[in-house]
Amino acid sequence: MPSITKPLIPAVRRERNALGLTIRDYEGPMSTLCAGCGHDSTTAALVQALWQSNLEPHRVVKLSGIGCSSKTPTYFLRSAHGFNSVHGRMAPIATGANAANRDLLYLGISGDGDALSIGLGHLCHAVRRNVRMVYLIENNGVYGLTKGQFSPTADLGSLSHRGEHNLVPPIDPMLLGLSLGATFLARGFSGDKAHLVPILEAALAHRGFALVDVISPCVQFNNHAASTKSYAATRAHELHVTDLAVPHAPVTATIPTEGAVDVPMPGGGSVRLRALPADYDPTDRRSVSAFLHEHAGRGEVPTGLLFLDESVPDMHERSGSSRVPLNQLAFDELCPGADALDALQAAYR
Amino acid sequence: MVVQRTDVTDPAWYARVVDCQWACPAHTDVPQYIRLIGQGRYDEAYLLNRESNVFPGILGRTCDRPCEPACRRGRVDADPVAICRLKRVAADLCGDVTDRLPRAPRERNGHRVAAVGAGPASLTVANDLLPLGYEVTIFDGSGAAGGLMRSSIPAFRLPVEVLDTETAAVLAMGADVRFGQPVSSMAGLLADGYDAVFVGSGAPRGKDLEIPGRHEGDADARVHVSLDWLASVAFGHTTTIGRRVVVLGVGNTAMDCSRTARRLGGDDVTVVARRPRAFFRASPWELQDAVDEGIAILSERAPRRFVVEGGHLVGVELDVLEWDATAVHSEVVGTELLPADDVVLAVGQENAFPWIERDIGIAFHQSGLPEVDPVTMASTRPDVFFGGDAAFGPQNIVWAVAHGHEAAISIDNRCRGVPVSTRPPPRASLTSQKVSINQWSYANDFNPVGRQETPHVDLARRFAELHVEVELDFTPAQIEREIQRCLNCDVQTRFSERLCVECDACIDVCPVGCLTITEDGTDDEVRARLTVPPAGSTEPLYVSGPLPQTGRVMVKDEDLCVHCGLCAERCPTAAWDMARLHLVHPTAAAARAAAPA
Ligand SMILES: Cc1cc2nc3c(=O)[nH]c(=O)nc-3n(C[C@H](O)[C@H](O)[C@H](O)COP(=O)(O)OP(=O)(O)OC[C@H]3O[C@@H](n4cnc5c(N)ncnc54)[C@H](O)[C@@H]3O)c2cc1C
Ligand SMILES: Cc1ncc(C[n+]2csc(CCOP(=O)(O)OP(=O)(O)O)c2C)c(N)n1
Ligand code: SF4
Ligand code: SF4
Ligand code: SF4
Ligand SMILES: [Mg+2]
Repeated sequence: MPSITKPLIPAVRRERNALGLTIRDYEGPMSTLCAGCGHDSTTAALVQALWQSNLEPHRVVKLSGIGCSSKTPTYFLRSAHGFNSVHGRMAPIATGANAANRDLLYLGISGDGDALSIGLGHLCHAVRRNVRMVYLIENNGVYGLTKGQFSPTADLGSLSHRGEHNLVPPIDPMLLGLSLGATFLARGFSGDKAHLVPILEAALAHRGFALVDVISPCVQFNNHAASTKSYAATRAHELHVTDLAVPHAPVTATIPTEGAVDVPMPGGGSVRLRALPADYDPTDRRSVSAFLHEHAGRGEVPTGLLFLDESVPDMHERSGSSRVPLNQLAFDELCPGADALDALQAAYR
Repeated sequence: MVVQRTDVTDPAWYARVVDCQWACPAHTDVPQYIRLIGQGRYDEAYLLNRESNVFPGILGRTCDRPCEPACRRGRVDADPVAICRLKRVAADLCGDVTDRLPRAPRERNGHRVAAVGAGPASLTVANDLLPLGYEVTIFDGSGAAGGLMRSSIPAFRLPVEVLDTETAAVLAMGADVRFGQPVSSMAGLLADGYDAVFVGSGAPRGKDLEIPGRHEGDADARVHVSLDWLASVAFGHTTTIGRRVVVLGVGNTAMDCSRTARRLGGDDVTVVARRPRAFFRASPWELQDAVDEGIAILSERAPRRFVVEGGHLVGVELDVLEWDATAVHSEVVGTELLPADDVVLAVGQENAFPWIERDIGIAFHQSGLPEVDPVTMASTRPDVFFGGDAAFGPQNIVWAVAHGHEAAISIDNRCRGVPVSTRPPPRASLTSQKVSINQWSYANDFNPVGRQETPHVDLARRFAELHVEVELDFTPAQIEREIQRCLNCDVQTRFSERLCVECDACIDVCPVGCLTITEDGTDDEVRARLTVPPAGSTEPLYVSGPLPQTGRVMVKDEDLCVHCGLCAERCPTAAWDMARLHLVHPTAAAARAAAPA
C-alpha cells in the first residue's frame, strides 16, 4: 500500500469530459494490491474508458465477488454504487439489481477463479439471459488472493510459482461465451492500454451482456519465467485480431474505412471494427469459434473485440418487464394488493 | 534509437532538476537546509547555508532570491517556497555555533593577500582563504565591515546586530583589518608585495542627475544622492527630512530611500518612475512594502527640471510620458509640477576606480568597468582579481559571495602554482532514500497549503523607531507549514531500464502525468505522445534506453514532477528509486582537499 494518497496537484492541466468531470473524478482511494499487479492497470484503463464514455458516476453500479480482482471496484469511481458479494455470486446479484432498475449501468469485476470456478454456473446463466452489463474477468491464471493456486484458466503444463505442473485443461471464457450465445466477447491485455481502453468503451456501450477477458498478470504468483500469463509471455503470444474505434468519437478518427465494419450501438454512434486477419468476421459465431480453437491450440492469445451481435434483445426486452425502475413505481403499482394477488394465483389454477 | 538516450552520469542532468540550487549563484543546498529546519536541527541548517552563502542571517532578510522565481513549487501552485525567509529562520533559531565555524590554522602558509573593501565579496574571499593559512589584509575607507550592507541597506530591513555577528565571524578568523584606510593607489598596494590582490570595492557612487535647476538656490542642499544620503542616515548624521519628499527612480534603492524618508518625517513621499508599473525594476516584495507604508507611486513621468523659487527648491517639473505597449518608445504628452521640500535621486549606481592606475596591466572596458574573466574573476593582470559590484557593475549580495568563492579558488590556485583556469568540478553523489518498503527518508506527501506570509510590525511602530525591523520571523506553525511546501527536488527519480516489466503502474499512479512509455521516435514525435504534453516547456526530456520486453522507451518530463515517490512505491521491480542528489560546488578549501598540490 502506498505511503500517501495520490495528491491533487493544482497546476496539472486536466481536460474535462462532456459532463465537466476530470479523469480524477473517476478514480477511487489508493489500491492495496501488490505493486505492479495487472489489475491496477486494468483499473486505470477502466477509469479512462468511463471518463471518455461520459458516464455519470452515480449512474454506475460496481459489483464483484472475492479475489484480488474483486477488490478493485474500491479503487475507482468513488461516487458510484457498489456491491461486494460473496465468492462467485456477482452475476446473480447483478441480474437481480438489473431486474429492479434497468436505468443504471452494471459493471461487474471478477477474476478467473471467481468467474470460472465457484461462479461458473452463475456466469453461464447471466450470459444466456443477456443481462445488460459488463462482466470483466481479470484473468491471471491463478487465485492471487489465496496465494497462487492454479485457476481454471491455467494452461496445461504451465508451472505454478512453486514449480508444480498444471494437469487440468483450461476454460477459455471466450469459447465458453460463444457456446452460450454471448452477444459481446472481447479480450484485452492490461499491459496494452491503447488497445484495451476502446474495448472497454465498446463494452460499456453494448446493449446486452458484454464479457471481457483481460489478461492481467499476477506479479506476485504468476509472473515467473515458466508462466504463460506473465507480462513477457502475454507480449510474446498476443495476437491482435481486431482493432477498434470508440463508439462516441467520430468513427473515422482511428481506423481506416477499408475493410472495416460499423456496428451501430444503442446509445448512438457505432463501433468501427477492423479485422486484422482480413477474413476474420466478428459477427459469425461459427467461424469465430473455429478461429479461437485453432489459435488456442497454438498457444496464441487472440485479443480484440472477438464477437459482436447487437440484434439480440436483453433480459428486459425479452421478458417485457418494467421500464420504470421498481423504486420509482408508486406503492399501489408495485404492490397492487391482495385482490390482484388472488387474481394472479387464480390464473394458475 | 532515434531519440537520444539521456546521459544521467552527467551531474548537470540531475542538478538542473533542483531548480532552487541551480538558480542560486552560490549553489545553496536549499532542500537539505529546509529538511534540517524540519528536524529542528537549526545549527546544521545554518552551517550548511553558511558553507555556500557565508551570510545566512543577512541573506535570509535581504537576498535578491533568484531561487524563488525558479522554485518548482511556483509552477505547481501559485507561489514558490519562501526559501529566503526559511534561511532567516535557520539563522534566527540557530544557537551559538562559534566553535563549529572554520578557523585559521596556527601555522600560516606564508602567502599574503590584500582585499580592497570590506563588503560581502571581500569578506567571502577572506572566509575561504583564512582557514587555508593565508594572511588576508582587508582595507576599507569606512570604519566597519559590511560595505553597502551597512551603509545603504536600511536597518529596518537588516538589523545592525545581524550584520555585526556575521561580518565579525569572518574577521574573527584572523583577518588583518585596516578600517578607515582607503586604498589610494593600486600600484602602491602591489608594491607591498602581496601574492594577490582582490578588488571588492563595489560600485560606491550614486548617480547624479544634471538637469536644469540642480545647483540653483538651495537645491544642492535639498537634492540628495541615494547612496550618500542613505549612508548619512545609517551613520546617524542625517536625522530629518522635509514633509514632502520626491524620490526619482523606481529600483530597490528608491524603495529604501522612500521608506527611510517616511521614517525621518516625510509624510507625503512620492516615487517617480519613467516607465509603466509592469516594467519597474524593484522586486515586487520591496515595492509592496513601500506601498504598505503609504508611499505614492507616480509612473510614466520623467524629471525635466528642479523648480527653484526665491532661492528655495519648491518641486520637480515632470514630463508626462505616453509609452508604446512594450515600453520601449515614449512620447511627451504634457508637463506637471510635483511640489517637494526634498528630492532623493535613486537613478542608479556607478563604478569608480580613480585609485587604480591605468598603466599597471589592469585593462578596463570603455564603460569604466575592468576586464574580468567571469569564471575565474581574474583581471588582465595575473595577480589582481575582482568580485562583487566592482567586477561587472551593481548586482547584489549573493552574487558578490559567489564571485568571492571563485576568486578565492583562483587566488589559491595561483599561490600553489596551479593554473587559474583549473576549476574543481562539482562533487555529486546519488543515494537511495529508501528506508523500507514504501518508506522514505524524506516526507514525500504533498501539502497543498499556500505560501506563508511573514508577520510585519505595525505601521505606527515602524515610523516611531527608525531601526525597528519591519519583518518578523514566521511563527512556529508557519514554519511547519512552509517547510512542508518544499518538494524535495533533490530527491530524484532514478530509473533502471533493465528492471522494467512495462506494467504501467508508475504511469497510472503519477499525480502529474509526467511519465510515458512509448515507441522510440524523434524528439517531436515523442513529445506529441506524452501522457501530459508539456505546456510550452522546451526543457529536455529524460529518455531511457530500450525497455527489455518491447524495446519502447521510458520518458519523463521533469517539469512538474512533485517528487512524491509514488512511481517508486508502485513499481514491482524497483526500476524506479528515489535517490538524493548531494551536490557540492567546492570552495577553495574543498578544491584543495580534492587535489592536493
Ligand atoms: C540602497 C541599496 C539597497 C540594497 N539592497 C540590497 C538587498 O536588499 N539585497 C541585496 O542582495 N543587495 C542589495 N543591494 C546591493 C548590495 O548591497 C551590493 O550588491 C553588495 O553590497 C556588493 O558587495 P561588494 O562586496 O561588491 O561591495 P560593497 O558592499 O559595495 O562594499 C565595497 C566596500 O569597499 C569600500 N571601498 C571602496 N573603494 C575603496 C578603496 N579605494 N579603498 C578601500 N575601500 C574601498 C567601500 O567603502 C565599501 O565598504 C543594495 C544596494 C543599495 C545601494
Ligand atoms: C466461498 C469461498 N470459497 C473460497 C474462498 C477463498 N478464495 C478467496 S479468493 C479466491 C480465488 C480468487 O481468485 P480469482 O478470482 O482469480 O482472483 P485473483 O485474486 O486472482 O484476482 C478463493 C478461492 C472464499 N473467499 N470464499
Ligand atoms: S497477489 Fe497477484 S493478483 Fe493479488 S494483488 Fe498481488 S499481484 Fe495482484
Ligand atoms: S520546491 Fe524546494 S527543492 Fe524544489 S525548487 Fe522549491 S525550494 Fe527548491
Ligand atoms: S512501475 Fe516499474 S516495472 Fe512498471 S512500468 Fe513503471 S518502471 Fe516499469
Ligand atoms: Mg485470478
